[in-house]
Order: sequence, then C-alpha cells, then structure tokens
Amino acid sequence: MSSSAKEAILYRIRTALHDVPPTEQPDDVAITRAYRQQDDRPHAQVVEQFVEMTVDYKAIVHHMSEADLPARIAQSCQDRNLRRLLVPADLPTAWLPAYEGLEIVTDDPSHPFANADLDATDGVLTGCALAIAQTGTIVLNSGPNQGRRAITLIPDYHLCVVYADQVVSIVPEAIAALRSSVVEQGKPLTFISGPSATSDIELNRVEGVHGPRTLEVIVVERDPQG
Amino acid sequence: MASALIPLIPFPEAAKTALADTQLRRNLGKATQTIRAKRAAVVDEMDDWEELREAGRALKDRVLRHLDQYLLQLEESVQRAGGHVHWARDAAEATRIVAEIAKSHDAREVVKVKSLATDEIRLNDGLAAEGIQAIETDLAELIIQLAGEHSSHILVPAIHKNRSEIREIFRRKLADTEDLTDIPADLAAAARRHLRQKFLTTKVAISGANFGVAETGTICVVESEGNGRMCLTLPPVLVTVMGIEKLIPTWQDFEVYMQLLPRSSTGERMNPYTTFWTGVAEGDGPQEFHLILLDNGRTHTLADQIGRQALHCIRCSACLNICPVYERTGGHAYGSVYPGPIGAILTPLLVGVEHAPSLPYASSLCGACYEVCPVKINIPEVLVHLRAEVVRHYQATKGINTYAYAESVVMKMLAYTFADRTRYETAQKLARFGQGPFVSEGKIGNLPGLLSGWSTMRDLRPVPQQSFRDWWRSRNEQ
Ligand code: SF4
Repeated sequence: MSSSAKEAILYRIRTALHDVPPTEQPDDVAITRAYRQQDDRPHAQVVEQFVEMTVDYKAIVHHMSEADLPARIAQSCQDRNLRRLLVPADLPTAWLPAYEGLEIVTDDPSHPFANADLDATDGVLTGCALAIAQTGTIVLNSGPNQGRRAITLIPDYHLCVVYADQVVSIVPEAIAALRSSVVEQGKPLTFISGPSATSDIELNRVEGVHGPRTLEVIVVERDPQG
Repeated sequence: MASALIPLIPFPEAAKTALADTQLRRNLGKATQTIRAKRAAVVDEMDDWEELREAGRALKDRVLRHLDQYLLQLEESVQRAGGHVHWARDAAEATRIVAEIAKSHDAREVVKVKSLATDEIRLNDGLAAEGIQAIETDLAELIIQLAGEHSSHILVPAIHKNRSEIREIFRRKLADTEDLTDIPADLAAAARRHLRQKFLTTKVAISGANFGVAETGTICVVESEGNGRMCLTLPPVLVTVMGIEKLIPTWQDFEVYMQLLPRSSTGERMNPYTTFWTGVAEGDGPQEFHLILLDNGRTHTLADQIGRQALHCIRCSACLNICPVYERTGGHAYGSVYPGPIGAILTPLLVGVEHAPSLPYASSLCGACYEVCPVKINIPEVLVHLRAEVVRHYQATKGINTYAYAESVVMKMLAYTFADRTRYETAQKLARFGQGPFVSEGKIGNLPGLLSGWSTMRDLRPVPQQSFRDWWRSRNEQ
C-alpha cells in the first residue's frame, strides 16, 4: 500500500514539474548566502549580549568566575528551597550543592528513572552544549553535563551553567558548531530561549506552561588554570 | 465528513457575519496590532533581513524544483537514523496509517502537539471514528477543543477568545476550577495541571513538522509552551505528519530559517523551545519514530507554475497579522484551516479553485503580505492569477459572465477595507509596490486575467507615486 502511495506521489511530482528541464540539478538553482554567517565582535561583548538577551526573555541570570560557581549553585537551590535536585550522572561533583534537607537525585543512563520519578523532583541542574548571544538561547545536545532530554523537561525549575567560552554570537555560528552533533552523532537538540511561555491568552506572554516555569542561568568565566 | 479546507460559505457572506461580531473584532484588532509591532521591532534589529529572506526563498525554490529527489533523500536519511517512513496520498490514507500505528500499541488515547497538517486532514475526527481520542496539548488548541470550535489563526488559534471567555470554558470543562481567576498565569497553570498526567503516561504522541532536512533526516518542531517537548520526548512512540513541502536541503539551512521563522511569527528573537531530532536516539526520547509524508493536494499546487510558490510557506502567520481584510474578518470567514492571505491562495491551490472560488477575492491586493513574507511569496501575484482561473472555470463550466459577480465582490471588499482614511492611505502606499509590472505609460493596463477586463473597462489609473495627501504633508514639513 505504502509503496504504491510512494510511487503515486513521486509520479505526481514528476508530472507537476514538467517545466523543469530534465538536465537541471538542484545545485543549478542558485542560493546566495549574503547574510551574516560570522560575527567578529570582541567575545566579552558577545557574552554581555547573551546575558542581556537572556534576561530580556525572563530568565534569572548570573555572571561570575568559576571559583564562585559552587557557592552560587548552592545559593540558588537554597533560595528556592529545593528538596530533590535532579542531576545527570556525569555532572562535576564540585557543582553539587549540599545543605540540610537536600537530596541529590542522579539520573543514571543504565537505570533511567520513570517519568513519574522525574516528576517527583523539584529542580534540575545541568550544563549545556552552547549558547547564542543574539537570541538569548541555550542549546542542549544530550552531551556532557546535560543528561537525556526528559530530565530538563519535567522538573519545574532548570538551573543551567553556561561557560562564557560556550557562547557564540549569532545563529549561523551555532548551527555550524552543532553540525557534528547532528550529522555524525545523530543527537537530538533542544533550543531553549527563556522559560516556557504562551501568548495564547490575548497575546500576553505568560511564563511557564508545561516546561520548567523558572529558568536560571549561571554564566561562568573559566578559571585559566582549570 | 466535511473537508477542513473547502469553505462551506462563500467568503463575502462569512465575512459579513464575522464583521457583525464586535467582540471578535475587538480581540482581533488588539491581537494583530500587538503582534505586528513586536514583529516589526525584531525584524528591524536585523541588518541582513533581506538577504535572509532571499536565501529562504531560494532554498525553497530549489527544494520544490527537485522535490522527488529530496524526498527520496529524506526517506533514506530517516531510515538510516532508525525511523520509519510512510507516504500518504490524501487525508484518508494518512489517518489510516496513524490509526494503525496507535492500534498496534493498543493506544486509545494519543497526545498531540498543534499541527496544521493534522488539522487539514481532520486527524482527530478520523481517529475518533477508530475509537482513538486525540488530546490537544497546546493551550489555544485545548481551549478550542474544549469549546468544540475550530481554530481562527494558524499561530494563535484562540485569538478570538478573551480571558474571561477562556475562564468560562475551563470552569465548565476542567476539574477543580471553581475558584479559577481570569489572570493569564492562572489559566495557564490550570492547563498545566490538566495535561501533566497525560504527558507522563500516554504511549503515543502525534506531531507535525516545521522542517525536515533531506541531508540528515532531522525533523524540527518550533514551539513556545513546552507541550511540544513533552510530546516529542516522553511517549515511547512518536508519529509525525509532515507535508511534502516542508523539506529543506541541508542542516546548514537552519541558519536561515531559525532566524526568519521566530521573528516573523511570534515577533521573538527566538521562540522559547525548538526540538530537533534525527530518527531514534538510544535511551533518549521515543524509541519508535514514524514519519508520514503527506501529499493531499500539494502536488496539485506544485503543478501550477505561478501558484507553486505558495508551497514555500513556513506558516509564520505574518501575512495574516498585516492583512487589513483578515484583521476585520478573522480566520473563520475563510472557511479553511489556512486563513488570511496565504489561505486565500493555498486553499484554492490545494483543493482546486472550483471548490473555493471566493477566496482569491478575499484581498484588496494591497501587497502588505508580500512585503512581510519571510520567504517572499508574491501573494498578490498568485491571487490575480487565481482570479483568472476562477473566471476561466465559470466560463468553461457554466457559460455565465462572471465578471459582474467577481467585480462586485472586489468592489465590496475594497469598499470596507478602505472605509477609513489611514487604512486607505496605507493601502495606497503599499499598492505602489505591487503594481510595478502592470504599469505602462502611466496607466495600469494588461492586468492578467479577470482584472484585465476590469482595468480596460474602467481605464484604471495607477496609484500615483506620491499621493495628494503625502504631497500635502511633505509640502507642509518643508
Ligand atoms: S505566506 Fe509567508 S507570511 Fe504568510 S504564513 Fe506563509 S511564510 Fe508566513
């Protein structure tokens, strides 16, 4: 059935395109990429813009040196009074906060939690693959420090660490940098720009529908010794 | 089952009803103004917007001219990445495939992320007939589904409902909502509570696709609320229905569309969430993925050499929000899942002009839609072409002189569109962009098709390059 549908559709397409010369190849249809593909502003400016744009999309953003990171993570979790913090298995132990009443819940790929268990946590802490300054976007590719997609989706609070050297300036730079994740590794990607939102009620942006209703981002300048 | 594409009532009559609904007009007016201003601001930020538009147009042109080749490449890429590919000639075939997949997993309920392609084939009704309930998970779609209505805007389907109307619907249909306020955050929270268990436990999810990459087999869904991520990540089985025109050639091409789409649609630099997946990723998200490639009139559209460009559409809805006709009538008047300027061309192209003869007239040809379209679809050109097709059809089949009918429709449309002065001025200004090719020796002659009759009869004068009002104003400013 399906193969005959395939033949029928291909036949219809070829008939519809009778005006396209049979010798024409896809590359004969010119594409002019005259838009910006790179940006050479100083990197410090790019990082500043990332902070600004992410704040503009209603995320909570901090910017600091690596030495201050663990204290900041602990403070953020404590401010929200988190009881069960979900983390991917490969997260650096130095990042893990510890205070009275906090349980760290590690999602181990060999024994992944069921959705209901993930739903019983109240926050998730991860790193990211890269970030885009122009749009205030964080990109996850299920790579180091990120875990699988479900863990950054179900908890109501996402605390995300972005190293300053992971921030690219514009969208084309991000797409180029992500190429190998997709083409070679076939990894799923998630672009996150601010917390989940809807504009469905009289076009007012309401933060927080189904994804994490709070997104907190810590931008970290890497310690040169590290 | 009625078609989701074929209007039951001709546009002018449906528009009259819509115009009489003042609540609808107020909601629409506020909504379209807000979104227009947001779009304009974020488009202004981009120095290279025109270059991006041109690339966006050219890439789609390349895909369409070699669609057979690209589809085969996509099929191979998806299969290589562990996905299954199905082909569907029409709505019935697509629905049957989805139902079979759901049944093979004993799913009586499926969760669904907003998708025009699935609205177009009335998938929910088709599944219901097979005993499978499709749960809409976008806030607006949920509102529409609970209210038992149809969408009126391709991006903000409940644009015609205000917050107190939404509260009433939720109070009637959702549990524990006696104390619900009409504060948007509370309304959103009620939807979150209502859908959470469904996301966590449902076995099969259904989505559409914003883009599919021939080179890699990567599928992309752009959204705001996170219900898309829920559907695309949590259920173990994912079925995606994608129109065959949604293809882009390579991964790199996202550098164009991920800039054009968010800014044009919601007026954001980037929408909150975008998911890209390539077949099946072990231990991460659905472990069974089906892609259904849907024709349902697209090859018919492809065969029309002028109309073909309608298949470039990335469903951003910028043309709806800018359209003076849409702003006044709303989406329901178009009687199709594709309303507004794009609907006025795409609907007749998909189903044949004979089934939607009034839609090509649902426009003043002011040209604003062409100007905002991120993939440069020349909607006025296609409208004029389709009007000629309508006339040809009536002459061939009924032998009646339809000039009178068509002209009176055009005149009625223009009359109310230009009823107030500012709108008239804007339309006039915009008309100057649109008329270029038809002006010769200071007169508009040779308008293709139907309007050629109209223009020779009326000796239509072109819209002057500077109107009297413009001239008066600039004279005063000097
Ligand atoms: S026709 Fe152009 S402006 Fe209208 S929805 Fe499609 S892409 Fe957007």
